[in-house]
Amino acid sequence: MKNKYSIFSLIKNAFSYHENWQRAWRDPEPKKEYDAIIVGGGGHGLATAFYLAKKHNMTNIAVVEKGWIGGGNTGRNTTIIRSNYLWDASAGLYDHALKIWEKLSQELNYNVMFSQRGVMNLAHNLQDVRDLKRRTHANRLNGIDAVWLNTEEVKKFCPIINTSQDIRYPVLGGTLQRRAGTARHDAVAWGYARGADAMGVDIIQNCEVKGIKRNGNSVEGIETTKGFIKTKKIGVVAAGHSSVIANMVDLKLPLESKPLQALVSEPVKPIIDTVVMSNAVHAYVSQSDKGELVIGAGTDPYVSYTQRGSHDVVEGTLKAILELYPIFSRMKMLRQWGGIVDICPDASPIISKTNIKGLYFNCGWGTGGFKATPGSGDLFAHTIANDEPHKLNADFNINRFVSGDLVDEHGAAAVAH
Amino acid sequence: MFLINCPYCGERDQSEFSSGGEAHIVRPKQPKELSDDQWAEFLFMRKNIKGVQFERWNHAHGCRKWFNMARDTSNDKIHAVYKMGEKPPIK
Ligand SMILES: Cc1cc2nc3c(=O)[nH]c(=O)nc-3n(C[C@H](O)[C@H](O)[C@H](O)COP(=O)(O)OP(=O)(O)OC[C@H]3O[C@@H](n4cnc5c(N)ncnc54)[C@H](O)[C@@H]3O)c2cc1C
Ligand SMILES: [Zn+2]
Repeated sequence: MKNKYSIFSLIKNAFSYHENWQRAWRDPEPKKEYDAIIVGGGGHGLATAFYLAKKHNMTNIAVVEKGWIGGGNTGRNTTIIRSNYLWDASAGLYDHALKIWEKLSQELNYNVMFSQRGVMNLAHNLQDVRDLKRRTHANRLNGIDAVWLNTEEVKKFCPIINTSQDIRYPVLGGTLQRRAGTARHDAVAWGYARGADAMGVDIIQNCEVKGIKRNGNSVEGIETTKGFIKTKKIGVVAAGHSSVIANMVDLKLPLESKPLQALVSEPVKPIIDTVVMSNAVHAYVSQSDKGELVIGAGTDPYVSYTQRGSHDVVEGTLKAILELYPIFSRMKMLRQWGGIVDICPDASPIISKTNIKGLYFNCGWGTGGFKATPGSGDLFAHTIANDEPHKLNADFNINRFVSGDLVDEHGAAAVAH
Repeated sequence: MFLINCPYCGERDQSEFSSGGEAHIVRPKQPKELSDDQWAEFLFMRKNIKGVQFERWNHAHGCRKWFNMARDTSNDKIHAVYKMGEKPPIK
């Protein structure tokens, strides 16, 4: 890497008042042709490019992004990372990612601020208790750390939670994955971009894909706002806009795009040192390193590409937050925003070839793909380079909607984020 | 969030309604003769349009009746509301 970041480079640059740091990646014009093009410069797209270059020696490739890198869901999410999914296929997929997270800052020479502060999922009714206990057992069988906490243990682990049994949705217990946690979302996009760029990958921003050119059943290139670019392999990682791109080649995907929103409070002193999620009442909270409470709400219940989110959804979430954490009742909220999430009927992603040669899709991550960013990039790179899925993403092919082999994480509890 | 003009009750808040997704997807008349591909198409595959999309909505917290709507999903503007069984009044 050209400019390796280290304690020495920090000291050296301190002497010149930090005015001489070099830019972290180039800003190239597109070439006429690439061996592969990744559409979408979010974390997943950039990670895909990084692993294509690093593990598969494909360096004559580009990432095209219609806006700025990380400006999509990557830069809009609540950064919860965990791998305690119910089914074997999901456990394999998400824990693969978690293992990469554990070494990612070193791998990228970029601090992604990965913090294993634990993620606790609360149970509020008898069915929750059964589902979460079942998931804990399933996780352990898959070698994923998981423990069940009773109400007192929940209170001990996070003392600000209201565990009174008189509230509308009392806390009946919860699960804890200690290896889970959070990371700095922007840093993930920037770290992968810098790493990919250093290996020769062109990252082309402000370049929107408008069409896909085909010859018979193979792809030939993409039409963009910066002109036509030739390529034989296209990996689409466009999150909420996946269907828009699929519709360019009359491909239908099993996706619905919906606004999902989050909000942060004014910064305060450390008050919550873990992540607490509550699916039944749809409220999630953690605290950023700046001190803001980071709160995630639910999706708007209809298809929309308006990157906002509805007020009634936020209201519902904040009501639940206040009942669970009365101590927050005087907090002021600072910012609210939305992202467009691509939801699959079985709440599992698609990392797959399509029936068009050279066209690959990585989508359907919906409300919970940030945690999978490194693993998703690694497996999608494998799929594109070999024209075959890796065994960890074989079950996440697009044909499962035809064969019926769904990976149903919807009913499997703890699915959100 | 937006206002919806229910053909039976008039203008109400969107939160009173529930969305039934893409409209005019007809349930197959001969389910036994359908291939797996055709089932997948009917059950799961959606156009998920960014732009004007035809949808079914239900006034869940009102008259509980179903109706159709043409809505631009890029800005949530509603272009037409029409009854079940009717053809879309716009292209
Ligand atoms: C509010 C919110 C909270 C969330 N919380 C969590 C969480 O706590 N934990 C978790 O694991 N996940 C969470 N998620 C989900 C997570 O953010 C996503 O699954 C993940 O970030 C998707 O990454 P991506 O790189 O695929 O998508 P994105 O970062 O959205 O990247 C896709 C990119 O494609 C670009 N693009 C689209 N169309 C085109 C085109 N035609 N041409 C060129 N480029 C195009 C977009 O501009 C965008 O930058 C949350 C999402 C939201 C919105
Ligand atoms: Zn009505």
